[in-house]
Amino acid sequence: MEFGLSAEQILLQDQVSRFLKEQVPLESVRKVAEGKETDKGVWSNLANLGIPGILIKEKHGGLGLTLLDAAVVAENLGYNVTPSPFLSTAVIAPIVLQLANKREDVLSAISAGEKRVGIAFSQAIQPQHESGIQLDGAIIEGRLLFAIDSDADYYLVADEQKAIYIVDVTSGGLEVSPLATVEKTRSTAELSFSRVKAEKISDDREVFHQAWNAALVVMAADTLGASQSALDQAVTYAGQREQFNRVIASFQAVKHMCAEMAAHLEPCRAMVWYSAHAFDEIPAEATMMACHTKAHLSEVGQFVTRTATEVHGGMGFTDLVGLHYWFKRAGFNRQMLGSPELLRKRAATSQNLCA
Amino acid sequence: MDLSTGSEYEDFRKEVKQFISQHGEKSPRPGHGSRKEALVWQKLLIDNGYAARTIPKEYGGFGAPPDIIRSRIIAEEFSNKQISNGLGGQGISMLVPVLLEMGSESQKKQFIEQTIKGEIVWCQGYSEPGAGSDLASLTTRAVLDGDEWVINGQKIWTSTAHLADWIFCLVRTEPDKPKHQGISFLLFRMDSPGIEVRPLVDMTGDANFNEVFFTDVRVPKDQIVGERGQGWQVANALLGHERSSLAPPDATQSRLNGVIKMMKQKNFSGERAIDNPVLLDRLMKIQGRVLAMKCNDMRILSARINTNQDARLASMIVKLQGTELRHELEALAIDVMGELGLAYGNNPYIQDMGSWQYQYMYFLGLIIGGGTSQIQKNIISERGLGMPKEPKLEKKG
Ligand SMILES: Cc1cc2nc3c(=O)[nH]c(=O)nc-3n(C[C@H](O)[C@H](O)[C@H](O)COP(=O)(O)OP(=O)(O)OC[C@H]3O[C@@H](n4cnc5c(N)ncnc54)[C@H](O)[C@@H]3O)c2cc1C
Repeated sequence: MEFGLSAEQILLQDQVSRFLKEQVPLESVRKVAEGKETDKGVWSNLANLGIPGILIKEKHGGLGLTLLDAAVVAENLGYNVTPSPFLSTAVIAPIVLQLANKREDVLSAISAGEKRVGIAFSQAIQPQHESGIQLDGAIIEGRLLFAIDSDADYYLVADEQKAIYIVDVTSGGLEVSPLATVEKTRSTAELSFSRVKAEKISDDREVFHQAWNAALVVMAADTLGASQSALDQAVTYAGQREQFNRVIASFQAVKHMCAEMAAHLEPCRAMVWYSAHAFDEIPAEATMMACHTKAHLSEVGQFVTRTATEVHGGMGFTDLVGLHYWFKRAGFNRQMLGSPELLRKRAATSQNLCA
Repeated sequence: MDLSTGSEYEDFRKEVKQFISQHGEKSPRPGHGSRKEALVWQKLLIDNGYAARTIPKEYGGFGAPPDIIRSRIIAEEFSNKQISNGLGGQGISMLVPVLLEMGSESQKKQFIEQTIKGEIVWCQGYSEPGAGSDLASLTTRAVLDGDEWVINGQKIWTSTAHLADWIFCLVRTEPDKPKHQGISFLLFRMDSPGIEVRPLVDMTGDANFNEVFFTDVRVPKDQIVGERGQGWQVANALLGHERSSLAPPDATQSRLNGVIKMMKQKNFSGERAIDNPVLLDRLMKIQGRVLAMKCNDMRILSARINTNQDARLASMIVKLQGTELRHELEALAIDVMGELGLAYGNNPYIQDMGSWQYQYMYFLGLIIGGGTSQIQKNIISERGLGMPKEPKLEKKG
């Protein structure tokens, strides 16, 4: 019995972590966040490491690895607040297309880092008051908000019945308008469809649910990394900043803030590993674990990124230190693809505790 | 990640299940049954290797080699079926491991077998009125007089002292040395002349702990564990055993199952609690935290088998998180019951023998006992995160 990362996974972790520290430091993140650069450079560098194809089978040019491997990568992306379309392009899209056995061309293009696929699942997860789509055969009409990635080449669109369609952004009638959010390291968009021709990928709800579960685990892993970094930064800062002739790390109030962050966060690591493993190997627990893990990490991530900011005092509130990038990263992961309340309800439903 | 445990372990699990289905009904239920029944059950468990499993045969144990997975399987199966996994208490869970590690051969022979069989009940004499969190400042004195220690002083919050046959006790033997180097770890009988036990009623209404007074209590010189002045090291080894045993996730899981059952089956206010979205959300929030602690526990277990893994911080947070979580879980059950949640004592409408209120309070006690939550946070920040210690103040006077 071995509960933890394998030697290969630790190697992957080291490799990605080293790459991001060297190649995508906070200055580079800022350039993307401020709109001076896009995340395309980062993504093509990550493609050199094979990251876009991490879940794609080798016959389509991917690495053919497991969700636990993807979670390892996501944790590092969160740790470094790396701008990238990892969640949509490297996790959700490959799972949908491979389960449905569709669009090998897109899978190969993803693996090569040439194409990115955005995700518009909000109507299937929680129909939004202001938006919605209607299907006429495979012709889409309507509007969807908060699609993930405003720079995609394709979008996977899910309707209320959880059927999934793919549309090409060059199709006539589709308009993609970026939607600003607090989080600038990943983009969202409004998709307006006026009689857009789409291709049906799947009407099997199971495909949708599996892709959703994988997304939840990966988002939780991203929050785990973001929170770990916020805690590490707080401990480091507290060890340097002096007030009242002593480092603030020697004040018990500050120590206890840090201890509480660690006490809440440390069990999350094991939880993320286990739910990724459940997705890969223990299907009976996969939905419950995925929902609980993202919901729980959302709560812990909110607490940790807020508390780490407090440890930094006024500096924490400035753009200078940039801690807000981690705060917003966790905030984005909390809201997108299911709020904690919605996911806890789904966790209950999966155990037949409610309808 | 490899959570398979191999077919030998699956066979072992079957054995345990079979034992439970064959003998389970003899298990004493918490709060019920005589001491004699409990001792008979304990003996059955030891004979079958389900208690005192790794304690050598020569000291009355089952003598199996340490195997964390087998121990884990036993814990899981017993907690699933809510069967008693044998006697607990400070003697078995704390003193025995320390004697095995640091006791003399004759101490091992004299105490371990009788302790694990429940024939000697122990209490832990650490805290004093002036030395709680700051345990090392304890002042109970022991002076050597010929072949005997003569003890004077007072302990407080001493759990089960009113039931105990023996005490393991921290005393100051070297008053001139720095405070951590002047303490010794003594073992002595609770019926020694000069000991007075005064029960202290706690918030549950029971007297689970006591004040213990020592007036010229005489103890044979060799009833010391470790060397003279090394009591602090011995005590610390033992605190490790205490802290890891206070809120095991299996027990928390089985209480959670109890809340879920109550919320599904009982109708306290015109609807099942499980159908109330607010209570359901609270339940799910707690379930998420229980799952996190269970995963954390698997990681700790794994790090004990695989020495290349590091779970130090994961272990350090267990007492803090586990006791707080358990307290909140018990509170949820009380809220589910509404006014009925208050029922206690001989109230004819009481649910589950009042165990939810009882445990709700008991776990507040455990948040404080065994090193308070604040002391845990000191430990986590200093030893876990490497933050500096409190600056020391000059001694008063
Ligand atoms: C149910 C229960 C069972 C017990 N059983 C036993 C037993 O069998 N044997 C035994 O020897 N003892 C036992 N105890 C005693 C227990 O170990 C002490 O109560 C505990 O260590 C706290 O000490 P104290 O009560 O003196 O509180 P204090 O040390 O006076 O603490 C009071 C408050 O101050 C805080 N505080 C103290 N020091 C610090 C610090 N350095 N930093 C931050 N905050 C601080 C504490 O966290 C607490 O909130 C038991 C206690 C309980 C509640």
